[in-house]
Amino acid sequence: MRVALFLTCVNDTLYPDTGRAVVRLLRRLGVDVDFPMAQTCCGQAHYNTGYRHEAEPLARRFGEVFADYEAIVTPSGSCGAMVRELYPRLGERARAEGRGDTLERVLAPVVPKTYELTEFLVDVLEVTDVGAYYPHTVTYHPTCHGLRGLGLGDRPRRLLQAVRGLDLVELPGADECCGFGGTFAVKNPDVSAAMGADKVRNAESTGAEVLCAGDNSCLMHLGGTMSRLRTRMRPVHIAEILASTEEDPAA
Amino acid sequence: MSSRDRILGRVRRALAGVPRDDTPYEQAVPRDYQRRHGERSAAETVDLLAENLVDYRAVVHRCDAAGLPALIAHLLGERDSTGVLVPPGLDEAWLSATAVQQVADRADATPGELDRVDSVVTGCAVAIAETGTIVLDGSPDQGRRRVTLVPDHHICVVRVPEQVVSSVPEALERLTPAHPLTWISGPSATSDIELDRVEGVHGPRCLEVVLVSGARPARLA
Amino acid sequence: MSTTDLGMPGLPPPGRPEFPPFPEAAHDAVRDERLRGNLRHATHTIRAKRARAVAEVSDWAELREAGRRIKDHALRHLDRYLVRVEEAVTAAGGTVHWAADAEEANRIVAGLVKATGEREVVKVKSMATQEIGLNEALEAEGIRAYETDLAELIVQLGKDRPSHILVPAIHRNRGEIRDIFRSEMSEWGRPAPADLTDTPAELAEAARLHLREKFLRAKVGISGANFVVAETGTLVVVESEGNGRMCLTLPETLISVVGIEKIVPTWRDLEVFLQTLPRSSTAERMNPYTSMWTGTTDGDGPRVFHLVLLDNGRTDTLADEVGRQALRCIRCSACLNVCPVYERAGGHAYGSVYPGPIGAILSPQLRGTRSAIDASLPYASSLCGACYEVCPVAIDIPEVLVHLRERVAQGGEVTRGGNRVVLRPARGHGAERVAMRAARWAFGHPGALRGGQRLAARVRRFRPRTLPGPGRAWTGTRDLPALPAEPFRDWWQRTHGGEEEEK
Repeated sequence: MRVALFLTCVNDTLYPDTGRAVVRLLRRLGVDVDFPMAQTCCGQAHYNTGYRHEAEPLARRFGEVFADYEAIVTPSGSCGAMVRELYPRLGERARAEGRGDTLERVLAPVVPKTYELTEFLVDVLEVTDVGAYYPHTVTYHPTCHGLRGLGLGDRPRRLLQAVRGLDLVELPGADECCGFGGTFAVKNPDVSAAMGADKVRNAESTGAEVLCAGDNSCLMHLGGTMSRLRTRMRPVHIAEILASTEEDPAA
Repeated sequence: MSSRDRILGRVRRALAGVPRDDTPYEQAVPRDYQRRHGERSAAETVDLLAENLVDYRAVVHRCDAAGLPALIAHLLGERDSTGVLVPPGLDEAWLSATAVQQVADRADATPGELDRVDSVVTGCAVAIAETGTIVLDGSPDQGRRRVTLVPDHHICVVRVPEQVVSSVPEALERLTPAHPLTWISGPSATSDIELDRVEGVHGPRCLEVVLVSGARPARLA
Repeated sequence: MSTTDLGMPGLPPPGRPEFPPFPEAAHDAVRDERLRGNLRHATHTIRAKRARAVAEVSDWAELREAGRRIKDHALRHLDRYLVRVEEAVTAAGGTVHWAADAEEANRIVAGLVKATGEREVVKVKSMATQEIGLNEALEAEGIRAYETDLAELIVQLGKDRPSHILVPAIHRNRGEIRDIFRSEMSEWGRPAPADLTDTPAELAEAARLHLREKFLRAKVGISGANFVVAETGTLVVVESEGNGRMCLTLPETLISVVGIEKIVPTWRDLEVFLQTLPRSSTAERMNPYTSMWTGTTDGDGPRVFHLVLLDNGRTDTLADEVGRQALRCIRCSACLNVCPVYERAGGHAYGSVYPGPIGAILSPQLRGTRSAIDASLPYASSLCGACYEVCPVAIDIPEVLVHLRERVAQGGEVTRGGNRVVLRPARGHGAERVAMRAARWAFGHPGALRGGQRLAARVRRFRPRTLPGPGRAWTGTRDLPALPAEPFRDWWQRTHGGEEEEK
């Protein structure tokens, strides 16, 4: 199967380790992964901030860049939800505004074959034990767009539970938003920070060493809050945990 | 231009994009929700009603037709009621065993006069098992709305199983919209202090529901 | 007592020309430990109860979908159903009035009250009458309106503003309520007992005694309605305390002010909402009291009934194909109770009688996006989607928020007061617009993106703890992430997809 990694602009720029982890993990599971160099950004930040028209060319680029792959895998619940939930809406609106169905037609093929990483593992590859080893206490925060947008359900937890050495502890108030919310974090900094601090306190109360999630943008907000609050936890993307093995442990 | 015309004009302009052959009402709403939740025998439905009434702090009693007058007399006595309001079409037998003064509801009775009566006894139109609700429709055995509102103690008699339905959809089918309807689920309550439920505000603070079997229907007005 | 010191629900706090934008109002609320505690306690209590009440019915998804479709259908044919309501209510002995805006509605109601010769009215809690500032308008005409819902009473006595749709005094805890009752009740009527404690049952009893004399002598009642059935002309009021029954039953004259979006086509439609509304709002299988009335009934209840149909921005909202779904709202307040932003910012920060997620999409549509508060409301959300998930009529609140952000940032065609107008972009979004455009350009040119990434990698050792200007909004409470030595795409190219790195 020819699979494209849609890494997202945030991961590409700030979290290349997550990208390397996805590549390592998928190769280990026998997947032929490619990273189309022409990919950039899905347009989520533009769309959610009220710049739908600026998001359109980015969506179209996505549709063109990824058209020929059998599956598109992304280590981001929110960018995955952008493609799956909002791209159809983007095309529909462009048509409703009398701008034809070109956008709709370019986007239609990529929407159903875009998968968030844990979804791809559990639903397409049908694995929950990916052969990982990670000897740490971990608590998992399901990010909003993964949880409510894509409906990832217990897939990430099932994957984590199968990791050898990993002790998964329950996060109180897990399904509450961490307060990142893209530009919300800077447009409403006080509320965003209060939500982040509450999430970090809940995470800390579990005694875990690692706060795991499937979205590095949320982890950037939580990690920045953790280091400012001087907690001893660290944020780790789920891909990096699943990629880690006894022979080749995560950094 | 009248405001009526102005508003209707705005609505029509706002809806200019709705096609003339828009899906008609009958097909626009999927009714694939359940008519009732679960299958129960008549007796089980009555049991569920009792259970849900109690859950919302109504006091539930059960008796047969022959035992009803004594039970009502007992309930009024227990509250030390000095007077009981009587809707015009209440079965006279129901109050045949009590010595408490019976007060007929007069058309010109002021709310203040009603406020001096301790208790009221009524029948009901229908009772809903799933939600623990009794519905009054102003029939002669229930009286006008204020008689079940101002006194602090309401004894409501439900003829079981015939007046009990399972669900809200089944209850609406039995009711006549043109009648003034009061749906009652437990005594008056509020959640206004810290979103925590407290029973007993303005409506009757004590709701007693008598589930009576083998009673004949109330006489018609 | 005059109205000048009252915080009018629809107007800014005394001494302020307008409501501050949401982030500014939230700044103080977030630091108010008592408010945060009160809200956390109340919303978390009801959240868990609601989840249990909803889980009890196996067909929740189907009920939710039916509710959505009923409201959508009614809205898509609203002209027809409005006329039907008018016919049915008139045939049943009521009188129907039409009010295009708040001012007209207030004038109609004040005129109707004055015609009775009365100088006081009792009121059932109603969002529509709060929205139009009816109490203040009546006060200006020398008519005193008594709020009879417990929470509304707390707000009225405390000269406060409501902060929640269902529980307007949610920002007050029991101790504060006791203090308000003790100090203020005597101003308005029967004083609170001298030995009043803060137990909820005693507080409820104090309210009962205080209001009872008002109910028993009232000649005019004012209400809203949760539903109006077009087919039959029936109005429905859903409540808990019995104050609604008092106001709807004892007075001789009843005036109901109802938004035009409250219409459902048929009697049968109530079977959906009477299942979804109580479970969503107070988390009960059924609320203690529901009153339904059709016009007037001889010998039972008010002899005179007036229905005032209120537009006040609703038709403008209806004209927006994305935004009109907000009119499906049945005011259950489930979205407030699950909202992490509401929980921390409190209801007052929303500058409207409609707080929380639904308020953030309703207020800027009913009032327009001209004011600072209304232009800021669409951004008062992290788009976490919890509101959409619990909404019993499936209003996609995040979708409408984003749609309204577009309106604020980009302007465009909207309907205001029934007329199509072209809005200019709101002020203060210029830099953002330039940044978004630049980012779009860079993302359209991977070479430029790569140049930026490499530049960032080169300066990665200079990681400031704080950023100047708008960046401070991030670094005020959060550290910046460390920049990697190279972006992923450079690694991919350098190692040929990592092949050359693997042993």
